[in-house]
Amino acid sequence: MNQAAPAPKENMGQPVPRIDARLKVTGQAGYSADLAAGNVAYAALATSTIAKGAIQALHLDRARAVPGVLDIVSIGDMDQIEKPKFGNTGASSIGPLHDKTVFHDGQIIALTIAESFEAAEEAAMLIEADYAQENPSASFDSQGTKIEPAAGKSPMYKEDAKVGDFDSAYASAEVKIDQKYSTPTQHHNPIELFSTTAWWQGDQLTVHEPSQNVTGWKIELARQLKIDPANVRIISPYVGGAFGSKGPMTARTAIVAVAARRVGRPVRCVVSRMQAFGTQTYRAETRHRIRIGAGKDGHITAFAHEGWEVTSRPDPYVVGGASATARMYNYGSVLTHVSLVRADRNTPGYMRSPPETPYVYALENAMDEMAVALGMDPIEFRRINEPQKEPIGGKPFSSRSLLKCYEQAARAFGWSRREARVGSMRDGDWLVGMGCATAIYPTAVAPCAARIRLTADGQVRVQCGSHEIGTGVRTVAGQMAAERLGVDLDKVSVEMGDSALPPAPVSGGSISTASVCSAVLKACDAVRQKLFAAAVGEGGPLAGSGNAKLDMAGEKIVADDGKSAALSDLFKTMQIGAIEEYAEFAPRGSSPEALKKLYAGESEFHGGDQDQDSVKYAFGAEFVEVRVNSHTREVRVPRLVGAFAAGRIMNTRTARSQLMGGMIWGIGQALHEATEIDQRHARYVNRDLQDYLVPVNADIKEVEVILVPEIDHEVNPAGVKGLGELGNVGTAAAVASAVYHATGKRIRDLPIRIEDLVT
Amino acid sequence: MRPFVYERPADVSAAVAVASRFADQQDQPTKADVQFIAGATNLADYMKLGVAKPKRLLDLNALREPTLRQIKIGDGIIRFGALVRMGEAADNDDVRRICPLLSESLKLAASGQIRNMASLAGNVLQRTRCEYFRETSWPCNKRDPGSGCAAMEGFNRQHAVLGTSDGCIATYHGDFAQALIALDATVEIEGKRGARRMEFAKLHRLPGDTPDIETNLAPDDVIVAIEVPFAAWSRRSHYLKIRDRESYAFALASAAVALDLDGNMIRHARIALGGVATVPWRAKAAEEALQGKTLDQEVAETAADAAFAEAQPRRYNAFKIPLGKRTLVRALLETRDMKV
Ligand SMILES: Cc1cc2nc3c(=O)[nH]c(=O)nc-3n(C[C@H](O)[C@H](O)[C@H](O)COP(=O)(O)OP(=O)(O)OC[C@H]3O[C@@H](n4cnc5c(N)ncnc54)[C@H](O)[C@@H]3O)c2cc1C
Ligand code: SF4
Repeated sequence: MNQAAPAPKENMGQPVPRIDARLKVTGQAGYSADLAAGNVAYAALATSTIAKGAIQALHLDRARAVPGVLDIVSIGDMDQIEKPKFGNTGASSIGPLHDKTVFHDGQIIALTIAESFEAAEEAAMLIEADYAQENPSASFDSQGTKIEPAAGKSPMYKEDAKVGDFDSAYASAEVKIDQKYSTPTQHHNPIELFSTTAWWQGDQLTVHEPSQNVTGWKIELARQLKIDPANVRIISPYVGGAFGSKGPMTARTAIVAVAARRVGRPVRCVVSRMQAFGTQTYRAETRHRIRIGAGKDGHITAFAHEGWEVTSRPDPYVVGGASATARMYNYGSVLTHVSLVRADRNTPGYMRSPPETPYVYALENAMDEMAVALGMDPIEFRRINEPQKEPIGGKPFSSRSLLKCYEQAARAFGWSRREARVGSMRDGDWLVGMGCATAIYPTAVAPCAARIRLTADGQVRVQCGSHEIGTGVRTVAGQMAAERLGVDLDKVSVEMGDSALPPAPVSGGSISTASVCSAVLKACDAVRQKLFAAAVGEGGPLAGSGNAKLDMAGEKIVADDGKSAALSDLFKTMQIGAIEEYAEFAPRGSSPEALKKLYAGESEFHGGDQDQDSVKYAFGAEFVEVRVNSHTREVRVPRLVGAFAAGRIMNTRTARSQLMGGMIWGIGQALHEATEIDQRHARYVNRDLQDYLVPVNADIKEVEVILVPEIDHEVNPAGVKGLGELGNVGTAAAVASAVYHATGKRIRDLPIRIEDLVT
Repeated sequence: MRPFVYERPADVSAAVAVASRFADQQDQPTKADVQFIAGATNLADYMKLGVAKPKRLLDLNALREPTLRQIKIGDGIIRFGALVRMGEAADNDDVRRICPLLSESLKLAASGQIRNMASLAGNVLQRTRCEYFRETSWPCNKRDPGSGCAAMEGFNRQHAVLGTSDGCIATYHGDFAQALIALDATVEIEGKRGARRMEFAKLHRLPGDTPDIETNLAPDDVIVAIEVPFAAWSRRSHYLKIRDRESYAFALASAAVALDLDGNMIRHARIALGGVATVPWRAKAAEEALQGKTLDQEVAETAADAAFAEAQPRRYNAFKIPLGKRTLVRALLETRDMKV
């Protein structure tokens, strides 16, 4: 045990290393664009340089003349196929090569295919377009945007949460704040670039592409290409960072498939980092107005959260995080309202804790302001407003360990050493500040299938069409199978990332561990039942132990009467070499169509605030120390402490790693990350990792993750709450509060940059 | 990327000969058909982006003259061969002892990997990172003379406030050059016109009406060495770099400072400012303001005000004026307090 492999506490699994760790650090894990694909031709995208208008003419002659160019797919060449759809599996309804309208900067206008990557790229750079240009609306403050209520625009955001009479409660509150907050545009920028490799064998199409949803993509790609889904296979064995960006399929996939059909050989398109900004999804900028009213004793009586979110003209992507902030504390009355602001931009999409990151940032920054207004310790303020029941529907929380998280994190952080007065802590030329904030993430689970095969020699194979996006799900699925079937983890192999495997839901919403483990559990239990029945049955090695409780351990069936039977012997009596079980797991409360939807690539989520019996969330508390130079005002973060409770922790190593990564990203969101938009032209300006800043190693010093034991049998059979997205939810607000504590400046617009503090 | 010819000349005269054969003397080195590479960390990047389009690349790494790869110290001069890598110069103990400013300016630049590739001559000749310059679909007077400047009214947070013109406000981002200009360095050049020396301060040109003309070099000029004078005072020298993150980022503002002190009284201050100007920027007015003064916060602030008296802010970069001033103040005080 060490810091990276924390000792398991109650209801926590072993910190076993990832089963693919060695492959990854030695470069042997094959990512999509690494996989051999025969006589591959290379493709490159040409993209629009305006954000709004129409293409009048495309000049392809110079591109065609580049030696090695095989073909160019451009506008009009996709007429035989269906346009993309916007939704959970489709990034946008824009079919960039279907018509001549330009909806946003960086929209695909052509795909060049050549013998070499260099030739394809050169040709793409030589493509010129004549545009009929119109004045684009870049963002919130631009002319020509359209503002509309978000409620009902997305199945994920049906209505604005409301309870009680906010207006009168707020009017009569003794202490109140009314403030505005904002978060910037952000792009995921996973280190593995986006890519598609497609090839046809007869009418069979195979696609290698990093994906968080191979089953969904298979169905959607088949729909667009008007072919039988049985003829489409999506393979995505490893994903080098996704964070939501590889969840919905983009228009490129079908375009590359069409290109491969045209040239009659495999085609590979690796999208440049710059082009990813316009051709993939991203987190659009948000704005917030928060009003909180409380009595002098600190009890909140009124809470209002209004949000504004940018989306594209054609697609209503809704973030809608007010549903989480509305359920956070015991507010008395609640008013929320979310608006969409349509601009000439590409369609945004999911990015790690999509609703919570921006909305909880605003709420928690406001909570700190309110604590200051009340002259109260910010932890005490949260303790006073800890709800017994969820404030909107009055349902109980399936479990809620927030205060325990605060206690443990505060102790480890040394909160008691904090001097409350602003600007009172100093270390030489550095102003010191301390802040804290709550993290929350809904606990959801979705239908999932898995197949388990156990052979007489104790080897286990787990098959499940989920995705290893870096979270360690392969490892925890293997751990679950090893534990249930009583074998060592090194005897378990786990196959994922292939649409030919039993379907799993999209790897999003932190549902994977819960959903996959529940399905694996079910399949393992079916294997166990068969083996147990044979063991105690007539002629079985444990005949006569029929009333004993049976379990599997050490490659044996063990009975609590002391008897046991080796697997190999049992298989012999059964006269079989292997046993295989296929299980379909559907969460409690699933609709009758839930499993059908699973095979159709649609994930039916349960949990969060959607269930009848209770609301289900994971919580955490994050503490941050900042240092601000008294001369030059740069902000640095020497220390982070987070305590999180998330039901059963399958593997303390991978759990810590997820939470730590989230907190580090939170530092990026607080201090570094922002996609800059040229407001005149609605174009992204800083499209590379030189100018799109994320923290580097030197920015991250001490990070401590505390796993707080929690038992929750209600959430799902595995008792697991997803935690992949929990870690980055509270961080930015904690940083903002710490910066306030150090400097007396409340920065409400992220990221907090030197220009906010130097003037 | 467009096809190009790649050659590795064997010595400096061969490099000059090939360059003068294929380059039009009227061309800027950055526009010529033939261009040099050393570490290629700057030029290859811009070739991929379609910003630079040489037809022929002359790789200087095979040049046989050993002095190109050596650091020689003697007679009050540090002589850096042009091909010395940034990392090697940064790690040189003698240089660090004699003049910490030089080492710090290199060590705080780029990343370890880039410093291992990049040469000192290539470093001082690195071109701006202006986002609009790097993306060929924007108008840019530096890339396409006369096309306009997209940054002027665009997103210009990283742009310069000193040495700007109506045609261009792009920042010169290098760090080492600030040390060199502060220390009155000299470059040694070999070209068709023979060997010559140039004050480092004359190497770069203000944008003015011709932002496309960045240096006073001809396309066949090879920088062979950089010479930096040193003396006892250069031990009290320091580079302070302020940036958005702790490492691997260009300066938002930086200050190169060397102080010749008599007790607390300033005999002579040498100051250059990075991240805020269009070229390596010597802050003579600030130096004068310090001459003969006892250095304290207030005096440092007066010098900083003098340094930025002519600054021209744009929409997103106005903060560079207060930040640049504070950076200089802090650098002056830290340099004063150095134990040498
Ligand atoms: C992500 C990133 C971050 C960076 N951060 C920093 C930073 O913080 N601070 C900083 O100072 N720099 C930074 N750099 C820039 C880096 O230092 C330069 O790219 C590098 O120093 C260039 O050196 P090179 O040898 O690779 O030059 P090349 O790319 O090989 O050449 C650059 C130019 O110099 C010319 N040239 C090279 N050698 C000679 C010669 N002997 N005679 C005549 N002409 C010559 C070339 O023709 C070319 O025009 C960064 C670069 C990157 C990519
Ligand atoms: S600032 Fe200079 S380099 Fe940047 S766009 Fe304007 S002219 Fe070009």
